[in-house]
Amino acid sequence: MYLGRVVGRVWSTVKHASLEGRRLLVVQPVTPELRPTGKAIVATDATGAGAGELIYWCRGKESSFAFLPEEITTDFCIVGIVDELRVRRTEPLEPGPAAPPATRGD
Amino acid sequence: MLISRVIGEVVATEKHSSHEGCKILLVQPLNLDGSNRGDALVAVDAVDAGVGDLVLLVTEGFSAMTSVQRPQSPIDMAVIGVIDAIDLGPDWTPPGGFPVEKVG
Repeated sequence: MYLGRVVGRVWSTVKHASLEGRRLLVVQPVTPELRPTGKAIVATDATGAGAGELIYWCRGKESSFAFLPEEITTDFCIVGIVDELRVRRTEPLEPGPAAPPATRGD
Repeated sequence: MLISRVIGEVVATEKHSSHEGCKILLVQPLNLDGSNRGDALVAVDAVDAGVGDLVLLVTEGFSAMTSVQRPQSPIDMAVIGVIDAIDLGPDWTPPGGFPVEKVG
């Protein structure tokens, strides 16, 4: 699984029937030091995560197992909301820059 | 499998029911010279590893979920071994040997 922060939400009217009523969240992967890393992804949500929350997400076929017995077409799924990170390594733990806001197409 | 170092723990109250009772670890995959290999990852713990341990990490779903007896669950990574020693060929051994000992 991977650490991430919820930075936005995707609205889609026309989508696969299995995604009906499912929230699609934009997730920015972050490091344990909470710095954004890599590119943002769109994930389904099995936890009720909200904007700005630190979460961990799972990728691949396993992410659709979160909704069994329903079979959902998804490849990224939020499976936990992080309350606390207990990190112990030698890198400095200064807070990272805020995640860039999700851009909106006009 | 990847050689990784456990660098922390994740505390999560709200999580998928299949993760209940699992220890969730923050692990940093390593290169053969001991440097970081990409970003840290989140994995369930199947062997009671602790922070600072050098471990084996599987990054494939079936192996990960069966290692913690939770088939058909959204788990794609697991810590499945604590590494005692790594023997590398002379061309691959970093100066001083691979840092296997527990950190912190």
